[in-house]
Amino acid sequence: MTKTKTKGNSRRRSGNIGLLIPMYVFTILFVALPILYLFLLSFLQRAQVWGVDFTFTLDNYKRILEPLYLDTFWQSLKLAFTATFFVALIGYPYGYFMARMSAVWKRRMLLLIMIPFWTSALIRLYGWIIVFRSNGVLDKILMGLHLTDQPLKLLYTYPAVVVGMVYSLLPFMILAVYSSAEKLDMSLVEASRDLGASSWTAFWTVSFRLTLPGLLSGVVLSFIPSMGLFFIADILGGNKIVLVGSVIQEQITKGRNQPFAAALSAVLMVLTSVMIRLYRKITGTSQLEGML
Amino acid sequence: MGESILQLQQIRKSFDNTEVLKGIDLEAAQGEFITLLGASGCGKTTTLRIIAGLELPDSGQVILEGRDITDWEPNRRDVNTVFQNYALFPHMNVADNVGYGLKIRKVPKAEIERKVEQALRLVQLEEYGKRMPDQLSGGQKQRIAIARAVINEPKVLLLDEPLGALDLKLRRQMQLELKRLQKQLGITFIYITHDQEEAINMSDRIGVMHEGVLEQLGTPNEVYYQPRTSYVADFVGNANILHKNGETLAIRSENIRMDGESVCTLDAVVVEKSFAGGQLRILFRLADGQLLTASRYGIDNDIQPGETVKIGWDAKDAVKVIDNDKDENQR
Amino acid sequence: MKKKKWPFVYVAVITVLTYIPILLTVVYSFNTSKLTSVWEGFSLKWYRELFRDRDLGEALMNSLILAVLSCTFAVLIGTSGALGMSRRKRKTDEVVAYVSTLPIMIPEIILGMVFLSVFSLMGLPFGMVTLVIAHTTFCVPYIFTMVRARLVGMDHSLEEAALDLGATKWQVFCDVILPQILPAILSGVLLAFAMSFDDVVISIFVTGPKVNTLPVKIYTKLKTGVTPEINALATVMLIVILLCLMGAYLLGRKVKAPAGEK
Repeated sequence: MTKTKTKGNSRRRSGNIGLLIPMYVFTILFVALPILYLFLLSFLQRAQVWGVDFTFTLDNYKRILEPLYLDTFWQSLKLAFTATFFVALIGYPYGYFMARMSAVWKRRMLLLIMIPFWTSALIRLYGWIIVFRSNGVLDKILMGLHLTDQPLKLLYTYPAVVVGMVYSLLPFMILAVYSSAEKLDMSLVEASRDLGASSWTAFWTVSFRLTLPGLLSGVVLSFIPSMGLFFIADILGGNKIVLVGSVIQEQITKGRNQPFAAALSAVLMVLTSVMIRLYRKITGTSQLEGML
Repeated sequence: MGESILQLQQIRKSFDNTEVLKGIDLEAAQGEFITLLGASGCGKTTTLRIIAGLELPDSGQVILEGRDITDWEPNRRDVNTVFQNYALFPHMNVADNVGYGLKIRKVPKAEIERKVEQALRLVQLEEYGKRMPDQLSGGQKQRIAIARAVINEPKVLLLDEPLGALDLKLRRQMQLELKRLQKQLGITFIYITHDQEEAINMSDRIGVMHEGVLEQLGTPNEVYYQPRTSYVADFVGNANILHKNGETLAIRSENIRMDGESVCTLDAVVVEKSFAGGQLRILFRLADGQLLTASRYGIDNDIQPGETVKIGWDAKDAVKVIDNDKDENQR
Repeated sequence: MKKKKWPFVYVAVITVLTYIPILLTVVYSFNTSKLTSVWEGFSLKWYRELFRDRDLGEALMNSLILAVLSCTFAVLIGTSGALGMSRRKRKTDEVVAYVSTLPIMIPEIILGMVFLSVFSLMGLPFGMVTLVIAHTTFCVPYIFTMVRARLVGMDHSLEEAALDLGATKWQVFCDVILPQILPAILSGVLLAFAMSFDDVVISIFVTGPKVNTLPVKIYTKLKTGVTPEINALATVMLIVILLCLMGAYLLGRKVKAPAGEK
């Protein structure tokens, strides 16, 4: 009896290994090795005419320390922080309230959030061009209300880029907060009220604490992409706002300096993984809430 | 019993156009143990939540120590609740859970510590302060939930089926412990259960609820021996409900006689015989088709299904009750 | 406790705000004027121009082909990987699973950079092949994670019962396992497809001079100047997506209805 059972198990196990081959091969070949190559590349030199020269150098990293690029990193981080701050400020209550709605409304709201998410990100940004354009919709409204007497020329400014980023990243935050707020047991809030907490205290000591993983997950999920969303800065910021992402893209398309772009990417990647580490350490979970 | 501490007056409440409470009146005395007994959906939990302030009644008053607290926020009421699922805060350890109410009231730290220790000793879990709720068994969580509520010295403690999730043996033990605790603290308990045995074991008075109406409020003896309505008779005493000469009678199964005494005048056919819980139960069908159960301790072999026997009952054992199915308005 | 109204007001206001730019594109797609600042009257000329635009049509086709191919490969790789890893606890599996999710964890621009450098090292010509490889890498995690999560919650006694009843391994897969993981695969594909179809950043890096995807095309158009036919395109896409979502929603409700709401 036991013998046949072991045999059956081992047969199944060998079948499993066959199933794993595509995953292993694909992941090693197209994810692991390319990422390793990126790090390698960041220590190489650019060739005179085209391509890469395989000699070790630290010049790329030294170049990042030049004020021009340090400043770009600083600007990117600042923009990412600003955008993430507003995303959290707007998205947290939204996701939290949504989780308190009836089952029917929850489904409707999820749909309403997903619809813009499914239309092209670029096209949604185009809507903001219409809003911000000089003499555009916003200017018309403000001037109509006599709040300003001339066009504000908001397009191609820093606020426009922030709005664009917040707008693009908001769904991630809402879904992350929503999925953690939905799991919140309302009887805990009631217990807190019952034990003497005002609704505000109950929120801070119980609801907020228990939905914090969702908020942090949303922060990670908005902060990380916001470092690389160069096309938003491009479209809504013109050439005025330069992000790390823009520099990387420029170094490749115009400067043809792959090693330097790789070094910039490597730094960005290290920043990213530090954030994810931090998230895991604080919340003690490996999965980002509401990621999928 | 002491003086009146809590009164409910004509409490009405509807959810989505369904009336779940149809005018509840209740008065609890200082130090009294009152149980609200009823099947699920009878409105007992809603009543409790209205006392706690977690739900607002559509009409009626909640009066605590002579003050109308109907519209008060839950945190302002001198009332605490032990929730059905315990509702322990998962992100706080046991000591922080128990001390939560005091911390909210900004009681000095040293005093919180002292009182938490005292409360944990009261529920015999002194060593558990540093544990997290998910490291506790069901019974332990239960005790922590009680400690967390009583530490605030509420005027009234509300308990929503606190033993519902525990197994039978633990339930019995906790029943005794709760009763001891209540005596010791002298706090008024409003206790909810659907288990009539639990209600009878623990309560000073039992309120039987049915479809949003408080059918009867009385001592366990009154509710058991003098049910006011057929529902109470059935739910609490498992009594037979018989319709005879336009009257509705409740007769508990152990009072059905079949010993040939002079009261045994009715012809009854034995439908079924079963043995359960140390009791022999015999199901009879009367000549007019009504079914009736008799129970006896010990095994009685004389009667076989299909036989016809004479049965009856002493007049004192047949209680005249209001029929819930017919006399809707009389209640 | 009283139920408060303002949370709902807040949610409603934010929702309306998020729809304003979308509604504006729709409104201005019917504008006669080329300028978005003035309204000169209703016209369908931008739609005519849109449908006449060969480049855009081609870009749309490319995007669809790319998304379908990437999703197909991702389903094959991700599902088989998740199945293979179910019921074994190996450290290597965990490492591979972790590495495979990196493409959706790191900023898109880095992924684009990674592929650009690797493909140029390998000497692969930039075009559909490089696009498909790059897109598959970030489609796999969506499907793999979903299927894996589903498999964890699955009742293995069903498989054993089927084997016990004499089913072959292939029959067990088709009759028992596949029906259970299909919803997970589908929701993974839904996300992966949207991500692939909408991707600008990675595509810009790995696309060749001859192949344009729709988002890349739109991006270049937006950078060069005012193009009202983008409004028309946005409207068309919005309608298609709305129809798809409506269909899925109604279908989902039909399936869920017998189980009862709430």
